[in-house]
Amino acid sequence: MKFPYSEKVLEHFRHPRNVGKIENPDGKAVEGSPACGDMVAVYIKVDPETRRLTDVKFESYGCASNIATGSIITELAKGKTIAEAKKVTWKQASEALGGLPPIKVHCSVLAVDGLRSAIQNYEERHGLVKERETTTVEVVRKRLKKVINPVSGLNLVRTNLVKDIEVKDGIVRVVIDLPPNHQFASAIKEEIADKIEHLWDVKKLVVDFTE
Amino acid sequence: MLDKVVYLDNAAATRLDERVLEAMKPYFFDVYAVATSEFGYSQGIEAREALESAREILSNALGACDDRFIFTSGSTESSNIALKGVALALGEKKGKHIIVSKIEDFPVLHSAKALERQGFRVTYLDVDSDGFVDLDQLKESITDETILVSIQHANQEIGTLQDIETIGRICREKEVLFHTDATHTFTRVPLDVRKVPVDLITVSARTIHGPSSIGGLYIRKGTLIAKWVDGGFQEFDLRAGIENIPGAVGFAKAVELVMLEENNRLQAMRDHLIDRVLAEIPATTLNGHRWKRIPQNANITFHLVEGESITLHLDMRGFAVSTGSACFSRSLEASHVIRGIGGDHERAHGSVRFTFGRYNTLEDVDAVVETVAEVVRELRNISPLGKN
Repeated sequence: MKFPYSEKVLEHFRHPRNVGKIENPDGKAVEGSPACGDMVAVYIKVDPETRRLTDVKFESYGCASNIATGSIITELAKGKTIAEAKKVTWKQASEALGGLPPIKVHCSVLAVDGLRSAIQNYEERHGLVKERETTTVEVVRKRLKKVINPVSGLNLVRTNLVKDIEVKDGIVRVVIDLPPNHQFASAIKEEIADKIEHLWDVKKLVVDFTE
Repeated sequence: MLDKVVYLDNAAATRLDERVLEAMKPYFFDVYAVATSEFGYSQGIEAREALESAREILSNALGACDDRFIFTSGSTESSNIALKGVALALGEKKGKHIIVSKIEDFPVLHSAKALERQGFRVTYLDVDSDGFVDLDQLKESITDETILVSIQHANQEIGTLQDIETIGRICREKEVLFHTDATHTFTRVPLDVRKVPVDLITVSARTIHGPSSIGGLYIRKGTLIAKWVDGGFQEFDLRAGIENIPGAVGFAKAVELVMLEENNRLQAMRDHLIDRVLAEIPATTLNGHRWKRIPQNANITFHLVEGESITLHLDMRGFAVSTGSACFSRSLEASHVIRGIGGDHERAHGSVRFTFGRYNTLEDVDAVVETVAEVVRELRNISPLGKN
């Protein structure tokens, strides 16, 4: 039989590790939403002395690559310090899984984001972060690096699809160099919204496409 | 790996019936000439006779006698010819307005979009929560400029059967051509052009255990339609290209093999699956109308789980089904049909389509219901939405 994923992905999909909630977690985060397709929740326990992750658990509402990445990320993060765990990348997760199809990046990157956000949540709760960052063009650009162009599996910034970014009075405008009827236009738009809209000082997001 | 795969994606493609292959064989090895005119050589004449007798069987199956039935490469081409051929013939002469439903399959929907880019105006009719088009909206949408209404006989995903007899009457009254995509109803649900005022019908062999890459377009006598595929003078000079004679013969044989008894058997499988799933698996919704649907289709949303995960788990356990989830589609778009009937993304993501065919049994249905129940339970256990 031929399946669309590597043996390793299928293995983690079939038997996901560290599934579930942690009671009274030190940090937790939810990335994605049912509306955008996939959703991941990550829970962490941190040793206050060593700042090491003593436990990491996840839950997934998502497709196979989302579930498998959630599973592998818990294995990769467990035992690491929060500083080390923050640096775990999608690429490392993908490699540990024997590779993921490029078109599936957007479903699987959520788990990596989930881990980082859970750590951030821990840091915020334990007074380890300074003040909230103001949203600037650079902040938006950095976030757009997390939005994947499904055609290539690479991010929007790297594939030169971000034509323009404006930030003014809490209104963020992003211009994407694709026609509005491109097969991935609405998927990309949803993902941009997912990355930008919830920022504390963003009132409105406008995503425009070129002709 | 597994002894047997239970294939439940018969709306996409079907297993070829051996009897169809037997009927086709002579036209690969013995009579392989092109269909010549009646003044050609003997093998060519024989080929032409085989083609014409296949055409007659297809026409008869629709109740047609002096109308035209042309063979095409499949339902996609048939619908392209219907929409673009009528647009080409009547666009300048009568008007540039076309009406389709918003849950049409891609050949109709994307042909309409292509015409839109060429300056045609297209109305996309709304459907209700079962998938029925709004007949009042249809009546109101037809203007003097309207040249064609294209509304499917049944939906490819949720199986809902449109009232094409009434739709046809509305079109006839307003003197507008009516095309219907009958890919998923042909031979499964009665469709007789003597009763239903329809001008163009798309049909396909792949959904009825016939060969792939052969379809047809019924064209009522007198319908103004322009040639879309240019070349030779084949198919009444409406569709050029050397005829696919083994395909046409196989298509005709496939049609002859569909029996009423089989359609009743498919319907029993459909009803058994729907009844069991809705009764036994919590948080499930049937997509499409409970009774006004094709006999071979069941489509159910399993809430709080994602469809690609369900299909992959089922695949690993020997069942082939499909889903309306964005993660399963090439465009990463959630099903336009589920969204068209008012469903949100979540309803589309968890939707699974089961379509039955000749080689399925009631035991297959029991097996898939039990397996899907198990898979959905497991996935809900790991879902952040799944508890409570």
